[in-house]
Amino acid sequence: MTAPATPVAADRPPVRAARGGAVHGTPRRRGGRATPWIYLAPALVVLGGLLVYPVYQLGLISFLEYTQAQVSGGEPTTFQGLGNYATLFRDEEFWRVLLATLLFAAACVLGTLAVGCALAVLLTRVRALPRLALMLAGLGAWATPAVTGSTVWLLLFDADFGPVNRVLGLGDHSWTYGRYSAFLFVLLEVVWCSFPFVMVTVYAGIRAVPAEVLEAAALDGASPWRVWRSVLAPMLRPILVVVTIQSVIWDFKVFTQIYVMTGGGGIAGQNLVLNVYAYQKAFASSQYSLGAAIGVVMLLILLAVTLVYLRLLRRQGEEL
Amino acid sequence: MKLPARLPARLAVFLAAAALSATACAPQTSGGSASGADEKTGTLRVWLFQEVNNRPKEKVVDSVLAGFRKDHKGADVSVEYIPVETRAERIKAAFNDPKSAPDVIEFGNTDTAGYVKDGGLADVTADFDAWNEAKDADPTARQSVTVDGKVYGAPYFVGVRALYYRTDVFGDLGLKPPATLGELAATAREVRSARPDLYGIAVGGAYTYGALPFLWAHGGALATGKDGSYASGLDTPAARKGIQAYTSLFGDDNCPAAKCAGMGGNDTVTAFASGKAAMAIAGDFSHQAVESGSVKGKYAVVPLPGAKAGTIAPAFAGGNNIGVLKGTSHRTLAVDLMKRLAAKKTQGELFDAMGFLPTFTDVRQQAAEREPFVKPFVQTLASGTEFVPASPAWAQIDASLVLPTMYQEIVSGRKDVATASEDAAKKMNDAFGSVG
Repeated sequence: MTAPATPVAADRPPVRAARGGAVHGTPRRRGGRATPWIYLAPALVVLGGLLVYPVYQLGLISFLEYTQAQVSGGEPTTFQGLGNYATLFRDEEFWRVLLATLLFAAACVLGTLAVGCALAVLLTRVRALPRLALMLAGLGAWATPAVTGSTVWLLLFDADFGPVNRVLGLGDHSWTYGRYSAFLFVLLEVVWCSFPFVMVTVYAGIRAVPAEVLEAAALDGASPWRVWRSVLAPMLRPILVVVTIQSVIWDFKVFTQIYVMTGGGGIAGQNLVLNVYAYQKAFASSQYSLGAAIGVVMLLILLAVTLVYLRLLRRQGEEL
Repeated sequence: MKLPARLPARLAVFLAAAALSATACAPQTSGGSASGADEKTGTLRVWLFQEVNNRPKEKVVDSVLAGFRKDHKGADVSVEYIPVETRAERIKAAFNDPKSAPDVIEFGNTDTAGYVKDGGLADVTADFDAWNEAKDADPTARQSVTVDGKVYGAPYFVGVRALYYRTDVFGDLGLKPPATLGELAATAREVRSARPDLYGIAVGGAYTYGALPFLWAHGGALATGKDGSYASGLDTPAARKGIQAYTSLFGDDNCPAAKCAGMGGNDTVTAFASGKAAMAIAGDFSHQAVESGSVKGKYAVVPLPGAKAGTIAPAFAGGNNIGVLKGTSHRTLAVDLMKRLAAKKTQGELFDAMGFLPTFTDVRQQAAEREPFVKPFVQTLASGTEFVPASPAWAQIDASLVLPTMYQEIVSGRKDVATASEDAAKKMNDAFGSVG
């Protein structure tokens, strides 16, 4: 059943060899080496303007003393070297928040993927009407703006007036008081608003899997779980890679849900995540340079996570 | 492969343009210095805060402007009412871009020191001292526009908090308004045990200005020192006593921590207004909110008692000021307009229109005679108020939630008073240190 992965891996060396041959062996065409760059140029210029330049500015500001006083010209801008980073790394709260963010994001990603994939499989197994209902429910959750969704969830789980406590018979239990309870509460909302993307994407992927393969698996007597593990998951790997990376990036950068649902970071800051922490530092306290340093750290972490993940996949013989 | 011959040329132009626009590499800094010009004609721009019910305020302001236009031919004023929620962004943007900035602004008095450090407000010490009405300004109000001994605006109105209590509940249970903070806690517990559906007193872990009077009443101070170098006073024995007194109000015998730890000032006012609390600490500016709740006609207000009988707990003197921007090109006109907007006559009218307490002691006394509701607030102001440290670090301390975090850590049982206050003091000192 692991067959589909092997031919891909076996294919690769010849492909590489062919490419190498093309560069060295055949005579160069008109336009030469620059041609691909010329075609890439418009995209590169746009990327440069919209991505590289802001990231450059972010990095630059993180090395300066840059607060409101510098922006409005009350005091001169000074170079701090790694001063902002030193301040940041000395702050115990930063490490606590970083750990909480990593764990929270990991839980959100796992939750989103599990729910999204399960529902995608479910979609392929139900009839048209329930499928439509599920799709609409998913799209509704997807289309709801984060602030609205968070506020509605807050009302649903309200200690005094919320229907959830009434249905579950929890009395006036406060969901936002305990640290883990508050994180769980926010996690549920994050999963709710981000699973539709996974569901729709994976569902589209499953539709593209040849029916014969699934039929063969069914004839062999494979259970749904076994079909998923041994047939669908390997064949959908490129899609799963994309949705995982997307989810990692989104969930690591969660802001609105935490900000709205825990009132800006929870009791005594127990539910702070990196983005809300950066907001507190950068905008609320106007310490733009410290905020920029946090931004750079976040960027590096996300890049590292993504690169490690891609590398692992590459080792397993997949090309994105 | 038809294009390559021409494409590079176009591309070169495109890239050159992109490169040019990228040469502005350093982060933006505005000039920020005084423009030097002092024109006597032209249009002055004024930003005032948009209140919930703004019409009466506009009327008062319009009559001020009519007088201003009459006395300054050739000068005009355009007033913009900016939403309170986005004021921070608007005013920061104004400092960043003097060209589109107003000449005169209204601002919250806790922001004074920060705005001065940002280089946004003009020093009007000489004008303020020469102003014949200034001598009647209440000392705390004057302190709220003063940084390092220099005056950066005129006080516009003050806001202060006192103790609201339910007359019906107190009557039913045979209780009297508490005379000390100790009695307040006992009364609150008594109410809660007799009426478990009510909070004795609604308190909030994020309600800094409701918590600070307890600290001040026990002889504590937020910070000591002045003019630039401050040290946190949170970890002194007196301050700790006050912190202990406030945080002891959280619990199932008054205001359960699970609900009250996260509440801010507005939440406690809402709880009181909707009949869920027998007492609350709320401002004169909360009058409307309480009146429109279900407790209308069933409450009264007294000054929040101090630690000893017969004393009043020092309240935080909130409020707004009017200031002139440093970048204005109409300094003389702007200062004149500031004085008119913050004049005794205007403040009296503003009180009648909006209920904002005047910053001049004499005007305030007259106001209290016209409107008995404000008496406990005027009494509170008269007995002496406190203010946050006039340091630009305060904005940072406030924004990074140092005090709410401390109270919440204690209330939720995560830290004891000594540890939490020590940690908070350290954070405050770091902030004071970082702004130099």
